[in-house]
Amino acid sequence: MTVELGHFALVLALAVSALQVALPWLGARRGDPVLMGLADRAAGLQFLLVGLAFACLTAAYVGSDFSVRNVYENSHSLKPLVYRISGVWGNHEGSLLLWVLILALSGAAVAAFGQGIPMRLRALTLSVQASVAVAFLLFMLLTSNPFDRIAPPPFEGRDLNPLLQDFGLAVHPPLLYVGYVGLSIAFSFAVAALIEGRVDAAWARFARPWILAAWIFLTLGIAMGSYWAYYELGWGGWWFWDPVENASLMPWLAATALLHSAIVMEKRGALKVWTILLAIIAFSLSLLGTFIVRSGVLTSVHSFASDPARGVVILGILCFFIGGSLALFAWRAPLLRQGGLFAPVSREGALVFNNLFLSASCLAVLVGTLYPLALEAWDGSKISVGPPFFNLVFIPLTLPLVLAMPFGQQLAWKRGDLAAVAQRLSVAIGIALVATAYAFAMRGGVAPLAPIGIGVGLFVLLGSLSEIVTRASRSGGGVGSTLRKALRLPISAWGAAIAHAGVGVMILGVAATAYETERIANVRMGETIDLGAYQLTLKDIQQREGPNYRDTVALFEVRRGGVLEAAVEPAKRIYPARQMPTTEVARMTRGFGQVYVALGETVAESAVPVRAYWKPFVLFIWLGPLLMALGGLLSLMERRMRVGAPAPARAVRA
Amino acid sequence: MRGILVSLCLVGFLIAPAHAVQPDEILKDPVAEARARQLSTQLRCLVCQNESIDDSNAPLAKDLRLLVRERITAGDSDAQVKAFLVARYGEFVLLRPPITLRTLALYGAPFAALAIGGFFLWRRSRKEVAPAAVEALSGAEKELLANILNRKDGT
Repeated sequence: MTVELGHFALVLALAVSALQVALPWLGARRGDPVLMGLADRAAGLQFLLVGLAFACLTAAYVGSDFSVRNVYENSHSLKPLVYRISGVWGNHEGSLLLWVLILALSGAAVAAFGQGIPMRLRALTLSVQASVAVAFLLFMLLTSNPFDRIAPPPFEGRDLNPLLQDFGLAVHPPLLYVGYVGLSIAFSFAVAALIEGRVDAAWARFARPWILAAWIFLTLGIAMGSYWAYYELGWGGWWFWDPVENASLMPWLAATALLHSAIVMEKRGALKVWTILLAIIAFSLSLLGTFIVRSGVLTSVHSFASDPARGVVILGILCFFIGGSLALFAWRAPLLRQGGLFAPVSREGALVFNNLFLSASCLAVLVGTLYPLALEAWDGSKISVGPPFFNLVFIPLTLPLVLAMPFGQQLAWKRGDLAAVAQRLSVAIGIALVATAYAFAMRGGVAPLAPIGIGVGLFVLLGSLSEIVTRASRSGGGVGSTLRKALRLPISAWGAAIAHAGVGVMILGVAATAYETERIANVRMGETIDLGAYQLTLKDIQQREGPNYRDTVALFEVRRGGVLEAAVEPAKRIYPARQMPTTEVARMTRGFGQVYVALGETVAESAVPVRAYWKPFVLFIWLGPLLMALGGLLSLMERRMRVGAPAPARAVRA
Repeated sequence: MRGILVSLCLVGFLIAPAHAVQPDEILKDPVAEARARQLSTQLRCLVCQNESIDDSNAPLAKDLRLLVRERITAGDSDAQVKAFLVARYGEFVLLRPPITLRTLALYGAPFAALAIGGFFLWRRSRKEVAPAAVEALSGAEKELLANILNRKDGT
């Protein structure tokens, strides 16, 4: 019954969305406030209905109702509750439902918190937002209905892909989706502005909080996914330039560019057309990511269902929205008044530099991801584009970007003084150079990029924070007064400094991977292997039973200089329902580094093959993005008062 | 063909899900082994999705890893090992395709975009820095602004 209720709610949501497309748009054309006002209510109702559908599917999962095909195929009655719930989005149909739920949530949020946005703009935005919902609801109901029944119902489900039975993966998709789909708001704002045929600095003020919120979630989602790959896939890497990873990186790069260009638009009234275009591109890349993951043109662990028919439908949706919005852009953009020329050496000049390099990096990822497909379609030849390509192209494109970052942060608007900024950054530059020289001298053997990475990371980290120091110590005074002044700086200044420092922290973490120690060995019972400063001794091999899996555990003692530090228990795990084995990596964290132990293929009675690493500062790789997200959150908090409504004090000052 | 490759990879994934380099594959000579590892990261496991043979668990990847080590032991240079594999499996085996006419756009596009964008901006920045024309507010907007300002003063 609940299942049919969910199905019905989904159909109703489709009807409501269709009305939400048509009526507010008509209202905006006629200037009818009643019709425009319907947008808010429709958005709220649509969210309630999709939410109801989602709750119904979740109930079916929690209650292990195997008469529902989706539950049968992806769940198991013995699965722990948290994975029964996360199983809802661990498959094609369910993840689409989550996608639509977040889409509806975004629309409802604009309706609820966007009361300061002019009515016409809000109505048109919600109308555009609903058109995306219509497309995806139709797609779901026609080709991927999560509420399909099977008769007769089986007694037991087929269980969720074991790789996905993990806490990281339980939270990774929702985070990423909020980011992906959150960009739909920027897209809807942009298309609404194009329909209206006018856009001004206020537009950026309305759109920026939504862009920033989506960006925060996207950052967290990607970092979470990367950390999951690091500890679950068991080969110690953290980024593989997999098409699906690229699919999330592209919208992130575009959203990062958008975030910065919207600042220029708000403060200086420039880059209007470019910002609108970026908003369209950012969401288009989200859609492209959805297409890549869902269609199976590029399969990976993420592609739950590779059904070409579905792929074609998504491709159709993709072409409609991307093509339609770009056509609208080409038609209407000339109407938008371009304005605001600026000097190259200025804050806005630096932000344009940022946009140029971010866009080029984004294009590099896009071309690298799609080129093999395109070439195969073109002349049938097959090539591979993998990590060595991306490292070669991506690093030269991002290096100038991160080097320019601390400078841009300190340049004044309109006309900056590069020499003065360089002087303020001299401490950071000095420390970075000394560290690089020291790293070169200490370890000639590692790749030359590693010491450079350390220098760049330190420079970005210190340079970002030096803005706070500069601003706080402007009028002299002792350490105490500087500290007090620093704390009284606007919270968004802290936000920018912390987010940019996060980039530096991440670079340091990446550079540190060159200093890791790796041991691949067959370890017999009682044998000890060396791993950097640590010694690992195999103590025991045990069999253990989990709720829906069996483990073969190898017990290692980790010592440092003879002193026992900890016991680690890497395991091979088998899920009988799918007969699929996984590797359970054991990690021991010391400071920001980790001892990482994974078992190899053939575990015998008295010996195990292991792959063990000592990874110094590896946690910096994910601490960096966490700091970026924290910085974003701080900036958002300052704008909390004007989510949608321009803060008057600011408006006057600007 | 692609379907077969994918299913092959999945099968490989299911039956041998451990990871990559196994202890029994490692060469005695650490220098040669380091070269083999470095080369392995550049070579694609042909039946997998964008995985290097260094990362992959598929049986074919293991065969290729052993093959690479065989060639290195036989005295091949890195380039010779790559050429040997390309002759056997085609350019598909290289994770970084060679720069040829066909891959020109792949390597060139981002840098071309950078150059074009940079040129466009350079030309714009050479123009006179004119004060941006400020659009006058309409009557309704003035009213709205006044309302907002008053609201702030009130709270």
